[in-house]
Amino acid sequence: MKKRIFALVITLSFAMLSLAACGTKETADGNEKFYIGGIGPITGGAAVYGQHVKDAAALAVKEINDAGGINGYMIEYRFEDDVHDPEKAVNAYNTLKDWGMQILMGTVTSNPGNAVKEETYADNMFMLTPSGSAPEVIQYDNAFQVCFSDPNQGMASAQYIANKGLATKVAAIYNSSDVYSTGIYEKFAEEAKNQNFDIVSAEAFTDDSDTDFMVQLQKAKDSGAELLFLPIYYEEATLILTQANAMDFKPIFFGCDGLDGILGVDNFDLSLAEGVMLLTPFAADADDAKTQKFVEDFKAINGDIPNQFGADAYDAIYIIKAAIEKSGVTPDMSISDITDGMKEAMTQITVDGLTGAGMTWEATGEVNKAPMAVVIEDGQYVSAE
Amino acid sequence: MSFISYLINGISLGSVYAIIALGYTMVYGIAKMLNFAHGDVIMVGGYIIFTFMSTLGLSPILSVLIGIILCTLLGLTIEHIAYKPLRKAPSLAVLITAIGVSYFLQNMALLIAGAESKSFSSVISVPPLSLAEGRLTISGETLVTIPLCIIIMVSLTIFVRKSKTGRGMIAVSEDKDAAVLMGINVNKTIAITFAIGSALAAIASALMFSTYSNLSSTSGAMPGIKAFVAAVFGGIGSVPGAMIGGILLGIIEIISRAYISTQLGDAIVFLVLIIVLLVKPTGILGKKIQEKV
Repeated sequence: MKKRIFALVITLSFAMLSLAACGTKETADGNEKFYIGGIGPITGGAAVYGQHVKDAAALAVKEINDAGGINGYMIEYRFEDDVHDPEKAVNAYNTLKDWGMQILMGTVTSNPGNAVKEETYADNMFMLTPSGSAPEVIQYDNAFQVCFSDPNQGMASAQYIANKGLATKVAAIYNSSDVYSTGIYEKFAEEAKNQNFDIVSAEAFTDDSDTDFMVQLQKAKDSGAELLFLPIYYEEATLILTQANAMDFKPIFFGCDGLDGILGVDNFDLSLAEGVMLLTPFAADADDAKTQKFVEDFKAINGDIPNQFGADAYDAIYIIKAAIEKSGVTPDMSISDITDGMKEAMTQITVDGLTGAGMTWEATGEVNKAPMAVVIEDGQYVSAE
Repeated sequence: MSFISYLINGISLGSVYAIIALGYTMVYGIAKMLNFAHGDVIMVGGYIIFTFMSTLGLSPILSVLIGIILCTLLGLTIEHIAYKPLRKAPSLAVLITAIGVSYFLQNMALLIAGAESKSFSSVISVPPLSLAEGRLTISGETLVTIPLCIIIMVSLTIFVRKSKTGRGMIAVSEDKDAAVLMGINVNKTIAITFAIGSALAAIASALMFSTYSNLSSTSGAMPGIKAFVAAVFGGIGSVPGAMIGGILLGIIEIISRAYISTQLGDAIVFLVLIIVLLVKPTGILGKKIQEKV
């Protein structure tokens, strides 16, 4: 019996060895090119986000390579699917590492990002998420965001409402059982104290009571609010818009990136969304040459008009380029040395991108940029400027 | 003024709970089983009406009628395939089967209709009523829901008390074996009960989704549970009890959200249920309950 177990152990360890040998395959020509990997959902429920990120980043990579690369080094780019699933995201990360990835542009969504950040931190791999907005994703010093973090969307919303003088009395409805919604609302309420408007009504709902908003809307209406702040997802927002219409309550509706998608809800009466404002860093109709060229080129590849996720990813590649140029890292350095150089450079660079002019970064990984808003007109997103 | 508005909203929400609760209470009263898939039949009804009305462009009334017919068939099919073979099985087995049917329906809807929620257009074209110089607006949906709920309750009570089939139902509910001896077809009676319950579910789905337009595969779950609470609250097995329980539940939910906390609405609803059951274990209008679950 003992012999048999011994034989089994030996066989197993040989099997392990041969597997391990596969894993440590030498990275091919990692010395002459930068290997940038991307992770995001290109199948499943959040697929539209990942597909736009994948194609927009590929577009930026092609532009940079055509223009002579970064400091003369070409970029190799590869994108792996995570199906918006943390476990699959870690698998995708390992696949990319075997491929020779030196820099990660990902993840697209927050939950997979939370899983992958542990891996990148352990490997000290530079990580720039285009659109993973949860603050936890950039918890470690090797991770940075292109988009606003959730709480900062709240702050940016408050500043935007005050600067544009949209309202003096503001009501809010948020989901107290959701971190995204609560995170934005709390920061919004905190910042509102410094701004020239008052929050006259703030009511919450939970995932279990997310169909009837009559009470919250009645309170907002009674408080005389001119603007209703909705830091929630678009599914609940369609209900709120319908019910507000039924009770003849017509404030300005103002939301964050969670409302992006409201125009795609099957059978939703778009006239109800008319005039809804949302804080989003990118409007495809903006008339600057840079945006127009991007939209044009993106449509040629993908067929769709790019959403903010695509714009974030396009910027992400250029941000990586700027950080590499600033730090002077080269592809023949170790992953850890590249990361150390880049994360220091991130706090020093200023990037003008599609999603904001003069973007700078804190050492914490958060981005500083001016908030922009879009308004829905005739069933389309239009810049609110 | 806002109190009246809350009260009307509460009655409207409660009326929807009441119609759903009628389905629960009928099935429990007669077949002595909890049909946890009832909420999901409502969800399926929502998808059927949505498909005929918004995708195929049929008139709302016709779509609702088709919804009622298809839901009735669905209810009969569920009863025939999943519950009838378990007539002699322990009640726990039936309960687990009902939960299984519930998840089956939810996942089938997810598979067929996808995860993205749909926006249900109102089937009711009654204009809203504006009172007190616009400070009080009653929606057309509310104006239809409340009277319709009362009509359904009254006609159901008359049906059960006066018609032959209805009296057969009472007989089956009181003693199945004795009912058989009296020449009542128990299987047929239970099937009719399911048919009525499922038809009511289709009506409830038309009314519910007209007010709360978001339609997804889990849309039926929470209203189903609330309606079950309403049925227990009013005294499960009793038709007027389901009605009273439903409306009270709706009012308590809206008023407690309005004056206590928007987040604690559900907690208060269930707290009231616990208190009522402690004081009167059979519910407000409940009869003495046998030990069956």
